[in-house]
Amino acid sequence: MSAASSDLLTLVAGIFGVLILASAIGYVLQQRLSPDGSNAAIENLNARIKAWWIMVILIGIAFVAGRIGVLVLFGFCSFAALREFVTLINTRRADHWALAAAFFVVVPVQYYLLWAEQYGIFSIFIPVYAFLLMPIISVLRGDTERFLIRIAEVQWALMICVFCASHVPALLTLNIPGYDGRNVLLIAFLVIVVQLSDVLQYVWGKLLGRTKIAPKLSPSKTVEGFVGGVVSATMIGAALWWITPFTPVQAGLLAFIITLMGFFGGLVMSAIKRDRGIKDWGNLIEGHGGLIDRLDSVVFSAPIFFHIVRYWWSL
Amino acid sequence: MKAFITKAAAAAIVVFARAVTAVRAIWPEAGLPSSPCVYFANHSSHGDFVLVWTVLPPRLRRQARPVAGAEYWLKSPLNRFIGSDVFNAVLIAREKDQRTEDPVTQMAAAIDAGSSLILFPEGTRNQSDAPLLPFKSGIFHLAAARPDIELVPVWINNLNRVMPKGEIVPIPLICTVTFGSALRLAPDEAKDAFLERMQTALLALSPKPAGSGE
Repeated sequence: MSAASSDLLTLVAGIFGVLILASAIGYVLQQRLSPDGSNAAIENLNARIKAWWIMVILIGIAFVAGRIGVLVLFGFCSFAALREFVTLINTRRADHWALAAAFFVVVPVQYYLLWAEQYGIFSIFIPVYAFLLMPIISVLRGDTERFLIRIAEVQWALMICVFCASHVPALLTLNIPGYDGRNVLLIAFLVIVVQLSDVLQYVWGKLLGRTKIAPKLSPSKTVEGFVGGVVSATMIGAALWWITPFTPVQAGLLAFIITLMGFFGGLVMSAIKRDRGIKDWGNLIEGHGGLIDRLDSVVFSAPIFFHIVRYWWSL
Repeated sequence: MKAFITKAAAAAIVVFARAVTAVRAIWPEAGLPSSPCVYFANHSSHGDFVLVWTVLPPRLRRQARPVAGAEYWLKSPLNRFIGSDVFNAVLIAREKDQRTEDPVTQMAAAIDAGSSLILFPEGTRNQSDAPLLPFKSGIFHLAAARPDIELVPVWINNLNRVMPKGEIVPIPLICTVTFGSALRLAPDEAKDAFLERMQTALLALSPKPAGSGE
């Protein structure tokens, strides 16, 4: 067995251990406090844990399937996230072909470019080509009503849901000396640290949270939850150095950066939700809301993580 | 063999509708009537009845028949296959001078045979900026002919953005289908008051405009 797959197995065993523990705690809490299913917080907690099982298993299957599995999984995530996002933006009939192009051309092309490992065009396809061509498609219909808002919102949707999200599987294309064939573990590191940071912020907030950190944006986020979550996720990131090409200190520093990006990304996406008068992006994931509700912190941290690793570690 | 093909086509249409729209149904607290009833919905797209049909629980779905314009659904062999064979639509002639049968009689006969109806009382697809066009009187005459029938308002949200009139490529957007509480024709209720009440009940289900598009 290669080092990569034995590390992956250890990691999966660890994650399953955490989930089994979480499920057990959820079960005990439900038996004690909500035997008739009346406590909404505990029902939501258990729905979330159940959804985590499904998400972990899906990611696991994608990892086993290799590069193509990871690309298909994140391609699907981009598609579903874009669908949630575009549902909430200003569009008019004149945008029909531009939107069709976003879903049926931009998403597949972006992930195809990863498959073909065409980094140059991958990194500018949406910021340059989609940015210029999408408004051209829209303008041909001659509808000027709220034109700037419409084209700006579509571009923002593409940047967040496709461009940024695709930087997670883009980690597979990095060529890091001494780390051959193990890149999938970089994805695991990024996703585990960012998601654990979200979970730990929630847990610390529930346990100790007193001071609201951004009452206007996200009333449930607290200073105590933020500090506790970031510190513990950073330490977990440092402790996961053995799956990365980093030293423990470097792993901790990167974990710190991506948890911060994840936190502020969550705030930005909350502000958009408030602006549009909704609580969740959708209903795709039971207990969590929409896919973007789960992915918001990952999409904000992925490109930064990708570029730091690419600049300092890859050839 | 034909039954198998129509079932397969129906299943494929349901899967496609769900894949594009990730459609979610919102039910009334009391649930849906289990006996045959009339679902009446806002109409902005040819896909409207497909979406209502898709979210209905299988048992209710099997007895539901959309009421649709004959001239569209008999236009081509494909339309005819989907309209008559797959969805078993009650096809009515919209233009008075083309009618050989009275639409209300046709609908009442379908109800008598144990079917539910999916009805679009606006009569045509709404292309205007108004959320709802004034109802045609057909729903009143049907309710008067079968006063015991329950009428369930159904608001279909966002499908007009998925597939606006004249477009052929659907855009994936999340749609919701909201069912309201069942209503009935009140004794001695006049036509205009009844239509007004039905329109208000349906509009009450519409969410605040999210994308606030067209």
